[in-house]
Amino acid sequence: MTAVTPDDFTSRLRVPRIDLEWVRDKGVYLALLALGLYNVLFTPHFNEFSNMQLIMKQVSAVLIVSLGMLLVIGTGGIDLSVGATMAIAGSVLGLAVSPGSSVSGGMGLSLSIAVVLAILSGLVVGLFNGFVVGVLGVQPIVATLSLLVGGRGLALVLTSGGLVQLFTPGLTKLSAGNVHGWPYVILIALALVVVVAVLVRRTTFGYRLVAIGGNRRASVLAGLPVRRTIITVYALSGVLAAIAGIIATARLHSADPSYLGIGFELNAITAVVVGGSALSGGRVKILGTLAGAVLMQLLTSTLASHDVPASATQVIQAGIIVAAVYIQRTSRSSE
Amino acid sequence: MTTALDKTPTVSVRGATKRFAGVTALNDVSIDLWPGEVHALVGENGAGKSTLIKLITGVYQLDEGEVRYQGRVAHFRSPRDAQLAGIQTIYQEVHLAPQLSVARNVFLGREPHRFGSIDLRRMNRDSQEILSRYGIVADVRRPLGELGLGVQQMVAVARAVSADAGAVIMDEPTSSLEPREVDKLLTVVGLLREQGVAIVYVSHKLDEIFRACDTVTVLRDGRLVSTGPVAELNRLTLISRMLGRDAADLVTARTQFGGGGEIADEEPVLKATGLQRKFVLEDISLVVRPGEVVGLAGLLGSGRSETAKAIFGALPLDSGTVTMEGKPYHRNTPASRIRSGVAMLPEDRKAEGIIPGMSIRDNIGLAALDLLSKGGFVSRKKQAEVVNVFMKRLRIKASGPDQKVSELSGGNQQKVLLARLLCLNPKVLLLDEPTRGIDVGAKAEVQALIAELAEKGLGVVLISSELEEVVEGSDTVLVLRDGVALGSLFGDEISEDAIMNMIAGAAADEAEVAS
Amino acid sequence: MTTQPAPAPVHVATAELGVTAGAAKARALASLVSRSGAVAVLVLLLISGAIFDQGFIHLDNLRNIALSASYIGLITAGMTFVIISGGIDLSVGSLFALGVLTSAFMSEYGSFWTIVVPLLCCAAAGFVQGAVIAWLRLPPFIVTLAGLTGIRGVVYYITDEGNLTPQVPGHKAFENLGQGKLLTIGYPVWICLVVFAVGWWLLNRTAFGQAVQTVGGNDTAAELMGLPVKRVKLLVYVISGLTAGLAGILTTASSGGGQEARIGDQYELTAIAAVVIGGTLLSGGVGSMVGSLAGITLWFVISNLVTQGLQFNAQDQLVVSGGFLLVVVVLQTLLSRRAAAAETH
Repeated sequence: MTAVTPDDFTSRLRVPRIDLEWVRDKGVYLALLALGLYNVLFTPHFNEFSNMQLIMKQVSAVLIVSLGMLLVIGTGGIDLSVGATMAIAGSVLGLAVSPGSSVSGGMGLSLSIAVVLAILSGLVVGLFNGFVVGVLGVQPIVATLSLLVGGRGLALVLTSGGLVQLFTPGLTKLSAGNVHGWPYVILIALALVVVVAVLVRRTTFGYRLVAIGGNRRASVLAGLPVRRTIITVYALSGVLAAIAGIIATARLHSADPSYLGIGFELNAITAVVVGGSALSGGRVKILGTLAGAVLMQLLTSTLASHDVPASATQVIQAGIIVAAVYIQRTSRSSE
Repeated sequence: MTTALDKTPTVSVRGATKRFAGVTALNDVSIDLWPGEVHALVGENGAGKSTLIKLITGVYQLDEGEVRYQGRVAHFRSPRDAQLAGIQTIYQEVHLAPQLSVARNVFLGREPHRFGSIDLRRMNRDSQEILSRYGIVADVRRPLGELGLGVQQMVAVARAVSADAGAVIMDEPTSSLEPREVDKLLTVVGLLREQGVAIVYVSHKLDEIFRACDTVTVLRDGRLVSTGPVAELNRLTLISRMLGRDAADLVTARTQFGGGGEIADEEPVLKATGLQRKFVLEDISLVVRPGEVVGLAGLLGSGRSETAKAIFGALPLDSGTVTMEGKPYHRNTPASRIRSGVAMLPEDRKAEGIIPGMSIRDNIGLAALDLLSKGGFVSRKKQAEVVNVFMKRLRIKASGPDQKVSELSGGNQQKVLLARLLCLNPKVLLLDEPTRGIDVGAKAEVQALIAELAEKGLGVVLISSELEEVVEGSDTVLVLRDGVALGSLFGDEISEDAIMNMIAGAAADEAEVAS
Repeated sequence: MTTQPAPAPVHVATAELGVTAGAAKARALASLVSRSGAVAVLVLLLISGAIFDQGFIHLDNLRNIALSASYIGLITAGMTFVIISGGIDLSVGSLFALGVLTSAFMSEYGSFWTIVVPLLCCAAAGFVQGAVIAWLRLPPFIVTLAGLTGIRGVVYYITDEGNLTPQVPGHKAFENLGQGKLLTIGYPVWICLVVFAVGWWLLNRTAFGQAVQTVGGNDTAAELMGLPVKRVKLLVYVISGLTAGLAGILTTASSGGGQEARIGDQYELTAIAAVVIGGTLLSGGVGSMVGSLAGITLWFVISNLVTQGLQFNAQDQLVVSGGFLLVVVVLQTLLSRRAAAAETH
């Protein structure tokens, strides 16, 4: 990525303190609150429960991918292969549950085994990324870029380029079911948020992850298992992407390797950055990422319900990404 | 030398003041640089030397005061402005493009053109000529990065000089050069002086200042202490002005802070034998006994830091063994060394030590996470206990363990790193420049701590670019030059003279062989 | 695929100059492989293709490969500048689409506007991105990622959410630009080669090119040497915008319009892959136009051999291409690490 400029240079550009640090850390919550309030007041049908459920279902998959992305970005890396990993997991799931009679290569396994296989496929992809980045030392952007290209191809190869229709009752239940109105998928996503939070804030792995992102050389000299941590981080990202892939597949009632997960890497990076985590690593905001994912989803649905064309929404999203990184960049130089 | 009264100075700085986030880095400093004068700028770390230079060269802008260039007020907004006006700078680290050819580097930014294209032939010819004028022999078509650092620095000088500079500023240009390269550089400085260029020469090497400079300005804590002809000063006065101590104090301040214990008959705790890395270390061996402070002395680039890194497993070796309490290592990594009781304080605190975004507590506990956790979960309670103990013991000044380490002063950051090492309960400590860039008070505390630790039976390897510190703190001194161990000094043999003679002796031998 | 050329002999003089022979040897090997690796592999592939695959060496097939490579080839030329300057441009696919559709929309106002307006639009988009990167100092990766989204949004906006597929109403002169031939080879191929030649000249024979390489190597050093770092960073993104726009114009000209708003999706990946395969380091500072040209040709030759020769389908080709990219970057990383490890300082 970009060369690190020494302090001498950044300090020249220092913006007078209007407490950007505060905006960086709390801005996402403020924006979420404001947007929520706006919706409550001005968006028709927003308060209806079905609408809330819909937003929750929509945000689940991207939230889960964002959690994995957060861990990777926390170490100063990036994982561009998450969308492709989702597609691979979707294809594996589709092949595993479909009977051989309807789909070539179908295995007709039970759903639970199929889900395990799909998650394992994500783990393998993640381990591979971790190996290339952590052991071979290839830059994360390029390493995961090659999997972005090749991974989707692999997903297509698995299903022979086609779409696998899935009407397994279990999958339908996964996408449609709920507990007291809370969709299963959002409960899974929130549970994973808690798991990741505990992992980062309470375990040695989490401390190491943050330290490696904060200062890699210092971490090596402090005797931290840098390679192992980096491999684990990418492996987790792969597993989380696979879970998101399963959820998205269930939602579509089909494994569609051509389109499943397209653009997810971008959405996940956006959620992480908007949530206040440092793209250069070392600052990991879990609740911020949750808020970031919800904010971007809410923004999309708000604009949609006010008849703003999808194209304009994209432009606005692009503006938000740049603004979020800008706030980070300027506030960091005061650290 | 011309009496410059009838002329205008090339560069004139008046009342220069610069603040960073409320801290005054430079306070009301005025200096004049005259044509044909070599002006030495000296001072300890934090004295404001580099701030002053960066104000003259347009990297920073003044808060108060003014800079005049050839009599006119100059407002340089960037280094480019300053260079276009005629102020060239040579930095401590070579700031050139290593992948481009030597000739392209010499002319970078002002390439000769012919029919809209760069005139390669002319560029190669002219740069060859410029380089040979200063006695540099190199193929100008080869990438700069293939040359040695010394030659690269000379190319940087040639580049600056060939631009018709009115003033050339050299910021510690010799810090990575070999003695004969230094000689060459000083010759070039002499040539520039004859051409009437105003030269600023920043260096902490007193030798060079007395050899090459006409005037010396001393800065301390951002203020001007004195300015005047070099000839009117002796070394001791200059040092005392830099340090802000009286010459008399300086002599009495020479006390031991460590060493002197009876350790000779103990079994070595750490043994390094035949450390070998091509072009870096040649057959270095050393032993550390419990309670012994082994000093590594040598100039920059002598292999002292590399020796420590090699012992710590942070530098790949071609051959050589390190044993801890008689047991050899199988894996050459810092992690395996730490497990067996070796800990290292790295040379570059910022780049290799602290994790800036983390709190004091997390920084201290970082290396010892395994000891402070159970089943992979970090015990907050254990962590807090350990951190409190060390914050008190090392007297770390902070608002609390949750304060970010990046907000601390250099001295306190260093203490945090020492605490990180001590958490590990090590048997051997490798300390690379433990007191560099920290204030006097913290320095004394760190030195006292080293002595105390050695007394308690730790083996210590001490590296310092301050000869004085090595002499005062060590029981044994291993003298290095160019990656070769020249010999060891024990107990009463240790003195600055003895070490310098050893290094100088090796240099003389080499000169003989070369001729 | 890993043909390791014999290491160049190290001149004895290096030792005198204070350099270690080992470092020089490793560096020479690394630079030789990265400089000419792609060319060597390309030659090897062409030869083996000629031997084992009768259809491959057929002139029509080769012409088709060249023609289909020329559009992304143009984008690759611009991308080479961006990557050598130490940046990356993920927005080129969207910029390409912007070029395709604006030129199609403008075609009813005559050939002049059909060419000028898309170039202006794409240059302006590159300018904005470059300005944000240079002056606000945001990471290029994230700025152009936003550009990828935002510019695609603009493309959908001007095509009424992708519902418009403007046609080119038979402008002979303009369509000839895409469909005409010189010496049996299509104009786009010639234009692409000319752009690469101009790019080579810019990079190696102008002050701007020197500055691009220096900025990519170390932008602090470049700034201290008094180079116009910000202007250089701005310009490379404008160049990237221009080449992507030009590729778009040629696509419209050759297809006669009717392109959808989603055209050019993931072109940035191919362009980046080609540049990297061509031996340009993603970390910046080092790279060559010849390598990029070989890289993009190689990419299309592989895809042709895999789909035509081996009778694989499109998805297998993705896997092969992705795998090939991986092999190249791993090889590059290992070689440059060896060079770095052999260095004294």
